[in-house]
Amino acid sequence: MKFKSIAALAGFAAVSCSLAVSAAEITGAGATFPFPIYARWAETYNKETQNRLNYQSIGSSGGIRQIRAKTVDFGATDAPLKGEELQKDGLVQFPVVMGGVVPVYNIQGVATGQLKLTGEVLADIFNGRITKWNDAKIAGANPGVKLTDATITPVYRSDGSGTTSVFTTYLSQVSESWKSGPGAGASVQWPIGQGGKGNEGVAALVQQVPNSIGYVEYAYAKQNNIPVSQLQNKAGKFVSPEAKTFQAAAAGADWKSAPGYGISLTNQTGDEAWPITAPTFILVYKNSDKPEQVTEALKFFDWAFNKGDQAALDLDYVPLPAQVKTMVRSTWQNELKDKAGQPLLKNPS
Amino acid sequence: MVAVSQQQLVMSMDTSIRRAPKSSSDTLFRLASFGSALLVLIVLAGIIGSMIWGGLPAFREFGLGFITSSVWDVQRDQYGAWVAIVGTLTTAFIALLIGVPISLGIAIFLTQLCPPWLKRPVATTIELLAAVPSIIYGMWGLFVFAPLFAKFVQIPVSQIVEGLPIFGTILYARVPSGVGILTAGIILAIMIIPFIASVARDILDQVPPILRESAYGIGCTTWEVVRHVLLPQAGVSIIGAIMLGLGRALGETMAVTFVVGNANRLSASFFDPGSTIASRIANEFNEAIGLQLNALMALGCILFLVTFLVLVLARLLIARVKVN
Repeated sequence: MKFKSIAALAGFAAVSCSLAVSAAEITGAGATFPFPIYARWAETYNKETQNRLNYQSIGSSGGIRQIRAKTVDFGATDAPLKGEELQKDGLVQFPVVMGGVVPVYNIQGVATGQLKLTGEVLADIFNGRITKWNDAKIAGANPGVKLTDATITPVYRSDGSGTTSVFTTYLSQVSESWKSGPGAGASVQWPIGQGGKGNEGVAALVQQVPNSIGYVEYAYAKQNNIPVSQLQNKAGKFVSPEAKTFQAAAAGADWKSAPGYGISLTNQTGDEAWPITAPTFILVYKNSDKPEQVTEALKFFDWAFNKGDQAALDLDYVPLPAQVKTMVRSTWQNELKDKAGQPLLKNPS
Repeated sequence: MVAVSQQQLVMSMDTSIRRAPKSSSDTLFRLASFGSALLVLIVLAGIIGSMIWGGLPAFREFGLGFITSSVWDVQRDQYGAWVAIVGTLTTAFIALLIGVPISLGIAIFLTQLCPPWLKRPVATTIELLAAVPSIIYGMWGLFVFAPLFAKFVQIPVSQIVEGLPIFGTILYARVPSGVGILTAGIILAIMIIPFIASVARDILDQVPPILRESAYGIGCTTWEVVRHVLLPQAGVSIIGAIMLGLGRALGETMAVTFVVGNANRLSASFFDPGSTIASRIANEFNEAIGLQLNALMALGCILFLVTFLVLVLARLLIARVKVN
C-alpha cells in the first residue's frame, strides 16, 4: 500500500518534471486593471498548452520600471508610453483589451441610467463649480428627473491609478478649466471631495454618502450594481456604458495616429461611442536578450486574440475590434524579428 | 597569564568530566552576538541613508518649503508636506486622547478590580485585538464603522453645533460621510489600546503588593490607592507604554488610508477628510515616478524625524520624572 503510493508519487513527480522541461514560463508585470482577465486567460492557456504566465499586478509605473530593468518578459501599462520614449528604450507597444470608466452616483430616487451628464458638467462637479444637484446645467439635461438642492460630494481615487488617468484625461479634453486646473494624470490635486483607496474604496464611499458621485471601472460598477450615469459623447448623443458603446469608441478611433497605438480612446467620435473608454497596453523589447521569451509572450497574446474574447466579455472587459487585432499582428510581424530577420512569432493565426 | 594558570589549575584536578572553556568558542559567541546587534544598526543606517538619498532631490528642489507648503500637485511637480504632517500629528493625538484613558482603565481593572474568573478571558481578548492585521481595521472602519459613525455621530452632532462659535466649525461635518480625521483617530485608538493596556497591566502587576495592601490598610479607597500609590509608582513605565502606542499611531498606514478620506486639504473641522504621511505614501508609491517618488521618500524621512523627536521627548520626560 505504502509502496504503491510512493510509486505513484514518483510517477507524478516524473510527469511534472517532464512538463516543467517542455513548458515555457512567461513573466510579466504591471497594470492592475487588466489583471483579472490576464489571470483568466493564463489559466485556460495553461490548460491548453501547459505554458504558464506569471503576471504580477504591481501598477502601471511598476510595469514600466520592471520592463526597463529587464526583469520581466513584458510590461503592462494603462497609460501608453509616448513615441520618443518607446524609441529611446527600443520598446514595442500594443493594446490587448479595453475597458471603460463610468460615473457612479448615489441619489435617492434616481435609478441607474436615469441621470444624464455632459462632459463639461462632470468636470464642473469635480472642480467644485457645480455644487448642487438641482443646478440648472444638470437639470437642463435631465427633464423629468427629480433632483433636489442637495450638495454634491465628489469621490475620487486616492491612490495613483490608470483609472484616474483615463478619467482626468477625458475631463481635460472636455473642459478648459479642468485642463488648466487639476489636469490629467494618475493622481491629481482634487479641489474638493473625498478620496477612497481603490475601486472598492470609491464604491464604498459613494454607496455610503448620499448625493455623492464618483468614478470606477465599468466592470466594478456592473458587478456591484452601483447606479451609473449616461454621458453625452462627442457626437452629442447620450449613451450608456456597455460593451457595444465601448467597442464603438474603439472602432471610430484612428489607431495609427500615435506610435505604439498610444492613443486615448476618450472623447471619440461616433454616435454610439462611450466617451471614457481606454485600452490597456503591453510593452516588449524589440531586441530582447531573450527573444524566445518574447516569442512565448506573443504566442500567449495571439492565443488571447483568437480565443479570449468570450472570457473578456464575461469579466466585463471589451475585446479589441477585429481590424485592430490585425493591425497589432502586422506590427508583431514587422517590428519584432530575430537576428536572422525572421519574425519572432512565425505563424500568427 | 590568568588563563594559563586557570588551565593548569583545572588540569591539575582530574577534569575528564568537565573540560576547560575554550577561549576560541567564547570569542566566536561574542562576535556572533555583537554581529547580531551590529546588524540592527547597519540595517537602520541603511534605511535612513537610502531614504535621505531618495528624498534629497525633493529637499534640494523645495528646501524648507517642502515642510511648510501645503500644495501636493503631481501634475505640476509641486510638493509640500504640511497637510500630511498636520494630519499625522492630529490623528495620533486624537488616538492618544481616546486610547490612553481606556487603556489605563483596562489595566487598572484587570490588576485591581477584576474577579479572577474574568481576568483570563478579558486579557486574552485584548491580546487578540493586538494580533488583528491593520487592513482588517481599515476595512471594518470603512464598511462598518464609518456608516454608523456618520449616522449616529456626525449628523446629530453637526445639527447641534451648527451656527455655534468654535464648535460650529471644528465639529461640523459639511459632508457626513463617516470618514475623516476624527474617524482615523478613533480607529487608531482602537488599534493602540491593546498595546498600551497590556504593557500597562504588566507594569501595574509589578508594583509591590505590600504598598497596595498598606494603603488599603490605612483605609484608602480603591480610587485613592490607584491615584496616589499605583500610578505614581508605575508612572515612568506607563509613559513608556504610551509612547509605544504613539509610535504605532504615527506610523500606521493601511487602516488610516481607508478611513482618513485622503484629501490634501487643511480643514478646521475634525469631521473633514485629510491625509497622513503614511497614507500618502501608501496611496501614491505604486505609481510614483521622478520627483514624486523623491517627494514620497522625503515624506518618509520626515516621518522618521517626527517619530524620532517624539521618542526623544518621551525619554526627556521620563528622565525628568525619574529625577523628581
